[in-house]
Amino acid sequence: MIDWGWVADHLDHVAFRTLQHLYLAAIALAIGFAVSFAFGVIAARWRPVNVVSTAIAGLVFTIPSLALFAALVPVTGLSILTAEVPLVLYTLVILLRNVVAGLQAAPPDVREAADGMGFRAAGRLWRVELPLAVPLIIAGLRVATVSTIGLVTITATLGDALGGLGFFIYEGMNRFFLTEILVGAVPTILLSLVADRAFVWLQGRATPWAPPRGLQPESNA
Amino acid sequence: MSAPARHASGATVDFEHVSKQYDAHAKGTPGAVNDLSFHVPAGRICVLVGPSGCGKTTSLKMVNRLIEPTAGRILIDGVDTAGRDVTELRRGIGYVIQQVGLFPHQTIAQNVATVPRLLGWPAARQRERAEELLALVGLDPGRYRNRYPRQLSGGERQRVGVARALAADPPIMLMDEPFGAVDPIVRERLQNEFLRLQEDLAKTILFVTHDIDEAIKMGDLVAVMQLGGKLEQFAPPAEILANPASEFVARFVGADRGLKRLSLSRVSELDLRPAVIARVGDASAEARRRSATDPFPYLLLVDESRRPIGWIADAAIPSEGRLDERLAHSMSPLINRRTTLKDALSMLLDADVQAGIVVDRTGAVLGLVTADMIAERMRETAGDARFAAVDLETIERAGAIGAIEGAAQPSEPAPT
Ligand SMILES: Nc1ncnc2c1ncn2[C@@H]1O[C@H](COP(=O)(O)OP(=O)(O)OP(=O)(O)O)[C@@H](O)[C@H]1O
Ligand SMILES: [Mg+2]
Repeated sequence: MIDWGWVADHLDHVAFRTLQHLYLAAIALAIGFAVSFAFGVIAARWRPVNVVSTAIAGLVFTIPSLALFAALVPVTGLSILTAEVPLVLYTLVILLRNVVAGLQAAPPDVREAADGMGFRAAGRLWRVELPLAVPLIIAGLRVATVSTIGLVTITATLGDALGGLGFFIYEGMNRFFLTEILVGAVPTILLSLVADRAFVWLQGRATPWAPPRGLQPESNA
Repeated sequence: MSAPARHASGATVDFEHVSKQYDAHAKGTPGAVNDLSFHVPAGRICVLVGPSGCGKTTSLKMVNRLIEPTAGRILIDGVDTAGRDVTELRRGIGYVIQQVGLFPHQTIAQNVATVPRLLGWPAARQRERAEELLALVGLDPGRYRNRYPRQLSGGERQRVGVARALAADPPIMLMDEPFGAVDPIVRERLQNEFLRLQEDLAKTILFVTHDIDEAIKMGDLVAVMQLGGKLEQFAPPAEILANPASEFVARFVGADRGLKRLSLSRVSELDLRPAVIARVGDASAEARRRSATDPFPYLLLVDESRRPIGWIADAAIPSEGRLDERLAHSMSPLINRRTTLKDALSMLLDADVQAGIVVDRTGAVLGLVTADMIAERMRETAGDARFAAVDLETIERAGAIGAIEGAAQPSEPAPT
């Protein structure tokens, strides 16, 4: 049923597409994280910014990804930009909410203690609010990473130059060739799983103070 | 009530006509705090007490300017806090909040060293100071320093909260129901430990509670507040119990204020009644004669070192021979000079012979205390502000009381 010979012949190509897949996902995640972090710090402080950005984010999330790619083609052509803009947007939508929620997760008594002991605003943000936001930010990164790794496959519709492992899925579907579809799909799933476990591990390392996994960080009331 | 400190490291705190209205537009309505004036001498504990919502927390937070007063001034060592840099001000004031507010992401040692770190102390000194303070509040640094707050019990967290507030050795401490979140037994222990610490630290402390018993126990001075942020009475605890300034204060301190006053006095303040005593081996006839001349119908049998063995009823003393231990038929509770009159009374009420035996450190008899003596003592101090007069003197020595008018002044000692 599976044509192992074909797989053996295409190992080089699979390796190349895997790297490309990671590359496309990593760019989207890095930009998405940087933007949502900067924006989240502002949105966490000023309510109106938060309200507006949440509304926009909600709207973006409802646009089907395929439609978004299609809409961008006339503007940016079949370039990497067309692939990355939607990927970054979806990352943003997921992460922004978690960054804001994370920065607001510091319990009121903890904030008050920080103020009462003489933290300035910036010190409180970096020393208290940000460390306490880490669990939610990492949780957001987990979801964003898994979702982005999945979405990268759709960029294959923009041409052979893009798509990562999605290239095989797309081509396999056109040729009704199951082996090729699986060569695209299985490594994609594996990448997602590995990335997910990596974040779980990172979470544990970064927040030794938090209660064991599965529980929300408790306030120390 | 804490013993007067040997050296006051604290600063004075003055409230001058301080008011706070949260809703700036609601002119005319009573604010959260209303024209509050009082003077806390350096090194003293001033307890703010009153029903929920009367403005205690608001008053406290105006000192470190977490809340800005709508009117009036707060002075620390005579300097208006409004003119000071708010960050500097806060770093110089220890702050213990009711919900403790430890930083969950920092170890206990890091939590304690918060203000030293903000002040830029070298890392080694921060660490040393954290350990010193953990030991001071009764937490073994080796066991606790690297733990996180969630790994501590409620009582342990409260201790860490107090240690953190003390870290940079601030002259003033603000404590908002610092022992609120623990069970009564732990609370009592924390209170006692804190009073012992304060004997050496001699900080100026503003302490908030809604528990009148805690106020009486912890306060050198007690400010009783009424809903609407009005100061009803500002006086030493004994004065508040003996002479409540208003119906509200009387009701707030409770119908058992007489009994509460008992917990402010100690056996050492009584003139003990001499006991008729005899040693094992003394001649019975002589002892019987001596005991008969005293109205108290019992003879107290003691050992070689004057340590009590038990009572012998006058009628049971043999007319000849020598006294021996088997004659003693019952014993009273042993009381020491530090025992409060309240505890002494309750021990007495349980005893067969209605007299408590006061002993010194070696266990030797000093004298007797009876329920009548305690009642007599309460009658003497009721209505006379002898205790208050003592504290008024210290306040006056600390200065400035004349400068504050109105409700801030403890009422004048009654003429004797
Ligand atoms: N931030 C705020 N905005 C508006 N009103 C407030 C605010 N904080 C407190 N109040 C009101 O001010 C009054 C005094 O509050 P405060 O917290 O000082 O009371 P408290 O004596 O500490 O009470 P508790 O014993 O319950 O802690 C209350 O009526 C409260 O509702
Ligand atoms: Mg309060």
